[in-house]
Amino acid sequence: MPVTVHIPTALRAYTEKQAAVSVEGDTVDAALQALTTTYGGLERHLRGPDGKLRSFVNVYLGDEDIRFLPEKGATALAPGAELSIVPSIAGGAR
Amino acid sequence: MSAQVDPGERPVDELPALDAADVARYSRHLILDEVGVEGQRRLKGGSVLCIGTGGLGSPLLMYLAAAGVGRIGIVDFDVVDESNLQRQVIHGTAAVGRPKLESARARILDINPRCQVDLHPVALKADNALEILAPYDVIVDGTDNFPTRYLVNDACVLLGKPNVYGSIFKFEGQASVFNYRGGPQYRDLYPEPPPPGLVPSCAEGGVLGILPGVIGCIQATETVKILLGKGTSLSGRLLLYDALNMRFREMRLRRDPDAPAITELIDYEQFCGIPGAHAEPPAEPFRRQGPREVADRLAAGWDPLWIDVRKPAEWEIARIGRAQLFVPHEQILAGWTPDLPRDRPVLLQCKSGGRSALAAEALARAGFTNLTNLEGGILGWGREIEPGLPAY
Repeated sequence: MPVTVHIPTALRAYTEKQAAVSVEGDTVDAALQALTTTYGGLERHLRGPDGKLRSFVNVYLGDEDIRFLPEKGATALAPGAELSIVPSIAGGAR
Repeated sequence: MSAQVDPGERPVDELPALDAADVARYSRHLILDEVGVEGQRRLKGGSVLCIGTGGLGSPLLMYLAAAGVGRIGIVDFDVVDESNLQRQVIHGTAAVGRPKLESARARILDINPRCQVDLHPVALKADNALEILAPYDVIVDGTDNFPTRYLVNDACVLLGKPNVYGSIFKFEGQASVFNYRGGPQYRDLYPEPPPPGLVPSCAEGGVLGILPGVIGCIQATETVKILLGKGTSLSGRLLLYDALNMRFREMRLRRDPDAPAITELIDYEQFCGIPGAHAEPPAEPFRRQGPREVADRLAAGWDPLWIDVRKPAEWEIARIGRAQLFVPHEQILAGWTPDLPRDRPVLLQCKSGGRSALAAEALARAGFTNLTNLEGGILGWGREIEPGLPAY
């Protein structure tokens, strides 16, 4: 089923500047896989060589961090689900 | 480990009294039920340390001074640069070239001469952080780099102090309150920093000048609420702000039960520069060379296709004569490739080397095998090879 993924500014260069994209997936992992299949440049930024999500990139289902969901990436997505990618940013002073 | 007093619960008889001048100045606070005389006394007896007097620190320091916070400490070792003025509103044009600390103190005392201002003209490091942070009730993170953010976080955890967090990039901001009344801290949000070079800095990626004003004011609000002990803090919530689409969103932030305990300060440059196995990016499919090496190779007859990947507005400010093609890096990331054999040498250059490295990576994915990134970009080239180039 189609789900919306919100893309942060820092990664929009890899999604043709789109702030939100629609992908197909029945679980969080499936939707993220569909996302990186469509937008290959995202892969290196989202996942490490071990295939796991990088520790400086968070993925939220609604307002909940998927790391803290009981089934984590295997969590099923309901119709209209929204995923958000929120990477670590450091700017502030310069 | 924490002997820290929650400033919002400090016994009333320990708070300084207000005099007639205070009553006149803070009358709009005094008639608020949530502040009142007791709250204003809490602000007067309160102390805040702000790390950095840049985009976030500027509005924060001005509002805390105006609000009547009795003691304000600032940590910074930078001088005011003309390019700061677009967003660092505590510093004026006359302050260009002066230490930021002096410029900030003058503005704070102009707003509120009764404020005690402590200047810490140092780089915050593992060996001085605990001592510098210890005397203050609340710590505000207004820094611009990952090593200092993790250092500030860990020091706050060790000292039991609330850490008011704000961070910005281009048109986006994040804010939260860490380590407050048992709530989560920065490492619960992001256990590890990104490896260097993966995320462009504001100097590289740009930032809307007003953005740190919004996030810095949110940090100031949270700081005042902690001093007052009133309201619902951002602890346990990550506030996301998108200025371009004018949208605020909120994510839940929890304590990570698997996070290792923080027991001491570490080497944060190493922590952020040599990431663990999980964060290690694959070996780079391109060569990194500085201006001197590139100039030497060119002099020896090397003939790469030189692509400047900055934005058109930047090309108009300055360009290197040897550059042959001008293609913004976003076009390259979106799939543009030069119409050339894949083994032809290509040199990529931007402002300081970050965006061109991303472009080099994209061309490598497209099959190019002979790629060089100009480390330091046009700024480095101007410093080392062509001194007349305008720096920006």
